[in-house]
Formats: sequence, structure tokens, C-alpha cells
Amino acid sequence: MSEKRRIHLAAHIPGVNNTTIWSAPDAGSQIDFESFEHFSANAEKGLFDYLFLAEGLRLREHKGRLHDLDVAGRPSTLAILSAIAGITDHIGLVGTLSSTFNEPFELAKQLASLDHLSGGRAGWNVVTSSDAFHGANFRRGGYLDFAERYERAAEFVSVAKELWNAGVDAPVSHHGKHFDVEGDFPVPVSPQRHPVVVQAGDSADGRSFAAQHAEVIFSRHSEFDAARAFYDDVKGRLGQWGREEDSLKILPASTFVLGDTAADAAEKARETALAQVSPQTAIAFVEQIWGKDLSAYDPDGPLPDIEPATDVTVTRGRVRHENPAAVAKAWREKADAEKLSIRDLVIALSGRHSFIGTASQIADEIDRAVQERATDGFVIVGATNPHGLDDFVAEVIPELQERGSYRTSYDEGATLRENLDLPPLVPGSTSLVRTPVGAAQ
Amino acid sequence: MSDHLRIATALGASGWHPGAAGLDRAFALATWRELIGTAEGAGIDFVTIEDSFVRRDAGHLDALLIASAVAPSTSRIGLVPTVTTAHTEPFHVATGLQTLDHASRGRGGWRVQIGDARAEAPLFGRRDPDALPLGDLLDEAGDVIEVARLLWDSWQDDAVIRDVETGRYFDRDRIHGAHFNGRFFGVEGASIVPRPPQGQLPVTVLAHAAPVYELAARHADVVYVTPSDDGSAAALLGEVRDAEHRVRRTGESLRVYADLLVLLGDSAASARDELARLDEAAGAPLASDALVVATTADDLVNRIAAWHALGYAGFRLRPARLPEDLVRIGRDVLPLLDAAGLHGAGDETGTLRTRLGLPEAPNRYTDSQKKEAVA
Ligand SMILES: Cc1cc2nc3c(=O)[nH]c(=O)nc-3n(C[C@H](O)[C@H](O)[C@H](O)COP(=O)(O)O)c2cc1C
Repeated sequence: MSEKRRIHLAAHIPGVNNTTIWSAPDAGSQIDFESFEHFSANAEKGLFDYLFLAEGLRLREHKGRLHDLDVAGRPSTLAILSAIAGITDHIGLVGTLSSTFNEPFELAKQLASLDHLSGGRAGWNVVTSSDAFHGANFRRGGYLDFAERYERAAEFVSVAKELWNAGVDAPVSHHGKHFDVEGDFPVPVSPQRHPVVVQAGDSADGRSFAAQHAEVIFSRHSEFDAARAFYDDVKGRLGQWGREEDSLKILPASTFVLGDTAADAAEKARETALAQVSPQTAIAFVEQIWGKDLSAYDPDGPLPDIEPATDVTVTRGRVRHENPAAVAKAWREKADAEKLSIRDLVIALSGRHSFIGTASQIADEIDRAVQERATDGFVIVGATNPHGLDDFVAEVIPELQERGSYRTSYDEGATLRENLDLPPLVPGSTSLVRTPVGAAQ
Repeated sequence: MSDHLRIATALGASGWHPGAAGLDRAFALATWRELIGTAEGAGIDFVTIEDSFVRRDAGHLDALLIASAVAPSTSRIGLVPTVTTAHTEPFHVATGLQTLDHASRGRGGWRVQIGDARAEAPLFGRRDPDALPLGDLLDEAGDVIEVARLLWDSWQDDAVIRDVETGRYFDRDRIHGAHFNGRFFGVEGASIVPRPPQGQLPVTVLAHAAPVYELAARHADVVYVTPSDDGSAAALLGEVRDAEHRVRRTGESLRVYADLLVLLGDSAASARDELARLDEAAGAPLASDALVVATTADDLVNRIAAWHALGYAGFRLRPARLPEDLVRIGRDVLPLLDAAGLHGAGDETGTLRTRLGLPEAPNRYTDSQKKEAVA
């Protein structure tokens, strides 16, 4: 009997967006350490590979003012992960950190320190966000050309790896287009040597960056067919970098609604979506595309009959849609065909949950997606902070364990890279290449 | 304010004598837990943690991350990492410290340092090491502190409202952008982190000369100075007070701490012998900016008492050997101070601000609103 593929799950610390329901009775603080204590203890109980923390370096704005409808406020990535290292023993700690608004020497020092303090559990989700809005909080300010974002990211990661490889044993001398780094690194080689590199971009540039540099991709394609298409595309790129299929794990972000019966789950899914998409949130969502103030429209009425503004961004601090006119047209068609109000449409578009069902149904879906190679696992996103994953851990995890594709305990002393069943690094190398491709390298 | 003196200890990856052996497993969390746990158990008020981008000896870890990692396993001691200003991002510095304050439930502080800015420049490659005059670096450090304080206040304590009726999670009138545009950098937005439990983390600076006393007098709560004898102990206090006048400091006056490099023995002779042995191991007599005190616990306590009487609010002790001298400070020095009624063994709960005798930090925006309402 062939062994089942092992499912890899990460626990998404509740994010700063409308997925996180702040009006729920058990909704806690976004920042009190108590929330992180509960969330990480539960995730470690659920034997997740790692905790995942997103980053946003400026409070989001909508129509020129702070966006006040969603939860807001978050910890600084490295400091909170280090504090969580102090209350956990096995779970990986993956933080999102920008390659645009940091410098390699400092970030390499911090990540190596986190890897030491956590006993080899550090991971780095490399993001390249680079607009002037965020830049206004940083020394470099301004804007980095779109094409240069991943170029800087790639050079950033390779400088960091040179520093991690050198440890305190030899000076580093790097002179490239984006960085000049010359001197000794203060942190000795850490338990994992390089923290696990995660990537979350979706463009062609993002995908090739991942194929070359990343060990995990945090994707947004969780639905089975889309997940498989993404999986095939990205894993298909690995060969050209001399890498094997299992040297890169793909974990899409997934939400879930758990019920005692399928019908119960469906009802809860509707309630959850209504809480995530308040009337005000529905209007704001449509304003993002229309590029104008729509506060006079009824969220329970039809979409605005006016045309969207082209080339206007009313929302800052989040990834934006490229073609508002086309999006508006598609929305109209959908709303007309399905007779949806503004709020219903927004729920249909954004309030969709990846998994809805009983624990056993959800476990079946997760297991199937992994066994059929649509994905290597999922980043599980709860709807409330900090209790959003409590039921998942109590009910879905045992079901996965019964199916024989999920761990029943952590391996003692395992690093994050080992939690993820990733191959060990090639000593001394800054690349993930294992089998040289083509001629001599 | 209580006139109890405060005791801090300055920790690094090794003791302060270069001839002393480095810490065993200086890169493991367990080691730091044990060290800082020892200090907390002894009633030491806060620890500072050394840091730099330049490698020292066998290397070291990031101080802010050590402090954050130790925060959950401690409950009383203040955690004051060194975070430098010349090559870091002010926004990350401020929000990182703010997060430490949340994780430690109000026990975070900041030991501000310019750092070895010239030596560090090639590690970053974005500033010319020959174009970093000290005056600019100090002005920049002042700006970094100012921005950090703006960001720490940027969320009023009652900013989160969870108002289901209007669908609003927070009140946008209670969150304020920094809008800081200085000579060296700018920061536009508000902090991404809600206000820290202490409101404002205590800011501390080590200073050896007038321009740095002035920096401290403008921006800090605590200044560490390095008197070499009784005479200079009195003189330095005067210099700090002069600097406060020159910059027209208002409100609370600076808490002045004396730094001492401490090697303790059962007898003064054994302490001196040990110092000689370490000097020999290092190949040179110990050279330090701080007075080297190789003596007994009694003797050290006498000096502390005498300088406290001059006006020193506290002392930052740099252990010559780790962990030996830290253990001796905890085991021998603190009980003597407590017994003499000089150090408060009792009031050890609460925030670092409380421990330091600093008043609650009002939010600048709350205040201005009140004034507007009155006007
Ligand atoms: C699932 C997912 C999560 C992301 N999380 C973050 C984040 O937390 N912080 C951030 O600044 N960018 C985040 N991003 C943005 C990307 O890292 C990237 O900068 C952005 O998608 C633009 O790159 P692209 O053009 O390759 O997609 C995320 C993207 C995806 C797909």
C-alpha cells in the first residue's frame, strides 16, 4: 500500500481585514498578548506546521481617511514572533516582512536571532509591496518600480543567505545593483541556517521568484481546480531550477465554517458572511471598484447604475484590482443574473468560505485535495480572534488523523523545515538547487 | 515619588571583562531565561541588553528579540533592549518596542544608542561613513525618539469602539498620523500597533559628554552616566542638571543612574586577585568608561548609598563575569540594600514606569482635546 501524502497545515493569526469578525461575542483583542497566548497554544495543540502572521506597514485608508470598518492594529512581526517563541516549543513561526522596507543586514540579523531563540522554528514570508503610500513611513520613501520589486527581493534574499552562511566565521562582501554589504555578521549560524523562505505573490514574476527562492508558497487559490492549476504551474517551474516537486510546498489560504450537520454549517456560513460583510462594508467594497463615494446607495438595493471612475484608487494599503471597468461589468452581470443586492453580491464575491460542512466532510475535502496533488496543505484562516481555530483543532484535526495523513505528535526537536518535510539545505549554498541542470554550474 | 534607589543590570553575550569566559550557550533562549530570571528573582528592577550591528567577540543576538522572547516567562522585571538609530528604520524601531511593551504587559523600555555608526555604514551601504558627523547622528537620534513617542501616542487608549450600529471598529478621530518630516527621514502615518500598555515606554540613554546629556535632557527619562570617583559623581549630576536647563526641560527631571562595572568577591583581596587574573587572561588591564569596582558586596553597597545621597536615582551594574557577578549582585548586594531600606523589595508589581517612579504618561492627543473642550 502506498503511503498517503502528509497534509501540511498552517494557522493564520487573524488578519487585519473583514474576514476577522470583531462584533462576535467572543471576539478578543487584536493586540493584547493574551490573544496570542490562546491562539498559539491552540495551534500547537492542533499540531500545525506553523503560525502565520501577515504584515501591513500602514493603517489602511478608504476615501482619503482611515478605513474604520475592519479590525485594525497588529503587532510588529519580529517582536511578537519572538515573544511567541517564548511560549511554544514545536510550532513554526512564519512572519511576513517586506523586502522593500527593510535592509538585508538588519533583517538577516533579526531572523537569525529568531531562529536561535526558537530553536530552529523561524520562517520568512517575503513580500514586495512597494507603493508610495507605505513608503511614506520609511526612510527610502517613494516608490519602487514594479519590475524592480522582485529583482530587489531576489538580491535581498541572496545577501541574507550569504550572511547566514557566513555566520561569525568569515566576512561577507556583496556588491550588487540594490545592495552593498561589506563586513562581519554578528550572529552565529542558526539551527536551520536559513529560516524557511515563504512567498505570497501571484504574478508571473512572483511565481518565478518562488520557483527559484521559496520553500513554501502562500497562495490565494484554495478551490480545488484553481488550486491544482496553480500547483501544476508553479511545480512545473521547479525543474528549470534543478528542484524537485516536494522541495516547495504550496499552501493556499482557506476559511471554513464547521457545523453539526451540512445544513447547520450552511446556515452558519450565511451568518458568518453577514457578520463579515456589514452593510457599510458592502458599500465600501463596491466603492473600491467604482472609485467614488456610494454612501447614498442602499446596501440592500441594486448596484449603482452610474459608471465606475477609471483610474481612481479610493482604497490604499491593500492589493488593488487592475481593471475597474471590467470588474464592474462582471459584477453587474452576476447581480442581474442572480438577482443580488449589493450586500448579497459582496457576500457572494468575498464572503465565500473554502470549506463548509461537518468536521468529517471538511476533513474529506482537505485530504482529497492533498492526496490528489491539488495542494500540499492549507493555511487555515479563522473568523474570530483568538478563538477562530478552536473548533477546527477540536473537531477537524482528529478526523484528519484518522485518515492517516496528519501527524499525531510533533517530532521532538524538529525544525520548521522538518515540520514541513522539506529537504535539508545544501551546505554553504545560497540556492535551493539540488541537482545541477544542464552543463557545469 | 519614593526615594528608593533602583538597581539595573547591563547584560550582553558575555561579562564586561574581556578576559571573562563568554556565556555558555549565549544563543539559546534557556540561557537568557535563566539570566533574566535570576535578576528578576533577586529583585533587580530592570535589565538592559547590549546590541550592535558590528560583531563583538563570538557574536550576539538581537536585543529586542531577546527581550521579547523572555517577556512571557518573566512578570516583574523591566526589559530594556538596546536599539540603535543610525541605520535602522524609525518606524520599525518604534513599533518593535511598542510590541515588546504589549508582550511584557507594560515592562518594556528602550536603551537608545546611535551605535558605532561609522563602522556599521558598510554593512548597510546606504550612508557614506565619512559623512556622519556626531552632531547629525545625535540630532537624528533625537528625531527617532520624537517619532517613536508620536507613534506610541498615535492611537488614543479608547480608539477601538466596536460600534455595531455604524459598523465601525475604531473611531478614526482617535487615531493620529505622525506627519513627521525631519532633516533625516519622515514618517507619515499612525502606528500599526495600538497604544502600548505604558503609553510611553521609558527611554534611557548612556551619556559621557555634554551633547549627549542634552539629547537625554530633551528626549529621555533616564540617563546613565559614568562617574570615576566621588568628586566626579557630584560633578556629573551638576552637568546633567545644567543640560536640562540649557534645553529648557519641563516636567519630570531626568532620573540619573551611575554605571559601575562590578566584580564581587568574598573579600576585597579575592576580588582584586580575580580582576588581576582576568586582566592577565585578556592580556591587558581592564579599560572601561565606567568605574571598575572589584570589591565586596558591603563595599559596593556603601558606595551606592553614598552616591544615592548625592542624588543618583539608581545604578546600572555591569557584571564583570556572567553569570557569577550577576548571581552575586542578586544574592549579596540586593539583600543588603533592602535591609538598609535603600531599595524597595516590596513594590515590585506594575509597569516599568511605576518601578522607575515615573508618572503615568498622558496621551498628547487626549490632552489637546481636553484643552479644546475647555477653551
Ligand atoms: C495569500 C497572499 C497573502 C499576502 N499577504 C501579504 C501581507 O501580509 N503583507 C503584504 O505586504 N503583502 C502581502 N501579499 C502581497 C504579495 O506578497 C505581493 O507583494 C503582492 O501580491 C504583489 O505581488 P504580485 O504582483 O506577484 O502578486 C500577499 C499576497 C497573497 C497572494
